Amino acid sequence: MTDLVAHDTVVWFAKTIGLFYLLAMAGLALTYACWPSKQREFDQAASDILSQEDRPWR
Amino acid sequence: MIAELTRGERQAALIILCVLAFTGLLMAGFGRESALDFHGALVLALSVAGLFAVIRGYYAPPPDPARLREYFDAPGRAGILLAMGWAVIGMFFGVWVAALLAWPDLNFDSEFTSFGRIRPIHTTGVIFGFGGNALIATSFYVMQRTSRARIRDQLGAWFVLLGYNLFCLLAVTGYALGVTQSKEYAEPEWYADLWLVVVWVVYFAIYLRTLAHRKEPHIYVANWYYLAFILVVAMLHIVNNLAFPISLGSDKSYSLFAGVQDALTEWWYGHNAVAFFLTSGFLGMMYYFLPVRAGRPIYSYRMSIISFWGITFMYMWVGSHHLHYTALPQWVQTLGMTFSIVLLVPSWGSAANALLTLNGAWHKVRDDATLRFMMVSAVFYGLTTFEGSFLAIRSVNSLSHYTDWTVGHVHAGALGWVAMISFGAIYASVPWLWKRERMYSTRLVEAHFWLALGGTVVYVVAMWNSGIIQGLMWRTYTESGTLAYSFVDSVAAMHPYYIARAFGGLLFLTGAVIGCVNIALTIRHAPAPAAAADAEPPAAGQLQPAE
Amino acid sequence: MFGLHQRLERRTLALSLAIIVAASIGGLVEIAPLFTIHQTVEDAPDMRVYTPLELAGRNIYIREGCYACHSQMIRTLRDEVERYGPYSLAVESKYDHPMLWGSKRTGPDLARLGGKYSDAWHVAHLESPRAVVPESVMPAYRWLSRNPLRVSDLPAHLRAQKAVGVPYSDAMIAHAEQDAFGQSAPDSPQAAGVTARYGEATNLRAFDGRPDRLTEMDALVAYLQILGRLTDAAHRPVAAVAR
Repeated sequence: MTDLVAHDTVVWFAKTIGLFYLLAMAGLALTYACWPSKQREFDQAASDILSQEDRPWR
Repeated sequence: MIAELTRGERQAALIILCVLAFTGLLMAGFGRESALDFHGALVLALSVAGLFAVIRGYYAPPPDPARLREYFDAPGRAGILLAMGWAVIGMFFGVWVAALLAWPDLNFDSEFTSFGRIRPIHTTGVIFGFGGNALIATSFYVMQRTSRARIRDQLGAWFVLLGYNLFCLLAVTGYALGVTQSKEYAEPEWYADLWLVVVWVVYFAIYLRTLAHRKEPHIYVANWYYLAFILVVAMLHIVNNLAFPISLGSDKSYSLFAGVQDALTEWWYGHNAVAFFLTSGFLGMMYYFLPVRAGRPIYSYRMSIISFWGITFMYMWVGSHHLHYTALPQWVQTLGMTFSIVLLVPSWGSAANALLTLNGAWHKVRDDATLRFMMVSAVFYGLTTFEGSFLAIRSVNSLSHYTDWTVGHVHAGALGWVAMISFGAIYASVPWLWKRERMYSTRLVEAHFWLALGGTVVYVVAMWNSGIIQGLMWRTYTESGTLAYSFVDSVAAMHPYYIARAFGGLLFLTGAVIGCVNIALTIRHAPAPAAAADAEPPAAGQLQPAE
Repeated sequence: MFGLHQRLERRTLALSLAIIVAASIGGLVEIAPLFTIHQTVEDAPDMRVYTPLELAGRNIYIREGCYACHSQMIRTLRDEVERYGPYSLAVESKYDHPMLWGSKRTGPDLARLGGKYSDAWHVAHLESPRAVVPESVMPAYRWLSRNPLRVSDLPAHLRAQKAVGVPYSDAMIAHAEQDAFGQSAPDSPQAAGVTARYGEATNLRAFDGRPDRLTEMDALVAYLQILGRLTDAAHRPVAAVAR
């Protein structure tokens, strides 16, 4: 389709970016999930759905 | 249904139906000599029926403003009934195609019922008909409850549900007439695909709008999974279905992709349909209904978030494991295999999270078949994802690929995980949606549970056996170094397993029929909750029949 | 209230965006290199496109869902090569919109089916599979011989194929209907045009045994007889070396 880029370059990029992208994503997700001040928000979210009210809030 | 719509929504409904009827007319007019004219007539007939319904209710008094203080559950209720209807249809066709492999003359010599045409009716019926309707219905339920906000756009919710079912109807009737793109799990032709895009955009808009009115700033994690389902399915659907119709008056189109590009695009789509249609959405279901039914918060909310990003990120890489040892470049195969194995981590994270949530509630699992459906689904989810990673290993795949082992694996997931969590969620939400104290008969739920579990086990064991035998027969050599079996030897060897598989499917179908009967009886005969139905409906946790 | 709304909406949109970013790059990275793959794979300059009749047959193969039970992709495994023939190369399906590699072998692989059996065998087998292979579980396709082949839209088919990148010439498109007739009626005046446009090696036969009628059976058998024979790239020793 396009010869602007050499196949080998694209393949090299594809082979390497996966690893870095995986590490970055894992880092971001873990940081977000384990951020200490988030704990309260998470606990509340987890228990809120068990609440007895079955109506919109306004 | 019409009475609940405001005057403006009734007008909008008329306009939409007129546009649809006109489109149907165009399709029928230009689609000469192709199935497009039949589908045009179908669209026209359905939109005219819809127009009549709206016109009849048009001058009904405007809806009571008090409705805004309650959730909008009518489309959710309809969605659950449609899901059960499609379940029975899809599973019936499943039993039929299974029987055709044991007794091939059961198509009664008709082109409309030959194996190749009704197999996609089975897959589309269960995946998109049953699974899709269950996802839409429960997502409407969950998005409102977790946001504590009512769906604003009543007409939009109906449009999504009915429009989606129109897509399913175009798909399955098309297959019987021979309309198919031949891309597995993306068989519908270009016009049905375009229609689905319209429906999907509205679906996403409704979700965003409801979430925007939520009470807490934090979005409950179940919604993350549903959102990923909606967004990524849109992406996959659009890319994989890029095609060039031979004319606007024909049902036939040619894919933009060819050969090896098409193969990887198709399996990128195919495997991520498993990931984002059959996993992500149903995990959303699990993360809401399982904790609520068990009356306990999810074991680790953090783990659910980490698993979410793991699944969203990693599934996209694994499609190439469907193409081991083929003409696909080997580095792509290896990449797919590696990510398939790493994917086990977030998958087991979710399964473990579900099972650990039940710690302290195991007596409820023992007594309550609905919760047991959800528990068993989590177990099957764990087993299937393990098997999936295992089958993605190149050397294992060389044996399993092209055999019934893959079919067994898919059904362990589809029956054991997807269908079981759906039945659990449906049994939990039917009493809540129709304001009943409980399901009409807990013994029928119990019967359904054992039929479903028994059917799944029979099916999966039969397919493991047949798949491994097939794979081994194909690669067995005699001592003199020639292939030991001809291909038909392996076909003949499958016969007993194909009968067992059809029997397992029949058990599962029977369970679904019992479920339909029970739901019908619940709607008609089950008592309303003891507490005044209009006041605070009792909370979910108190509705469990086991308590 | 308005401010709260905006804040909430921003969060939802941010989440949606994050999902798209996380999910899209994996596919992009794997699929994009395949669009430059022609720089490295075997070339097959001699490869021809499907004739209109074969293309129509291919569409019948798709319509009847044959791909659900038959693969067209021989893997690079010893037993597969010995059972079915040389393993499939990427170049062999470069004109296949869509590919029909398949995912299941309820029946055998068909990638090298062309020329393996006679036309009469195929017709008999499609009419009544168990009369030919007693253990077979294949459906009978009796309607194929009954249904006349629709040829009026073949130019539109070829035009669409050209639009997605298959090198059909204008002459091929213009003569699509008569080429379909000619290929299945070797004694007819239209037959010469087929070999002129698609090559001397093209099969010119009354595939269903009846030169007077052009049926769906003609088209399907014509397609089955060309499977694996559009190029001989897979049979050339250099192909094996290149890999």
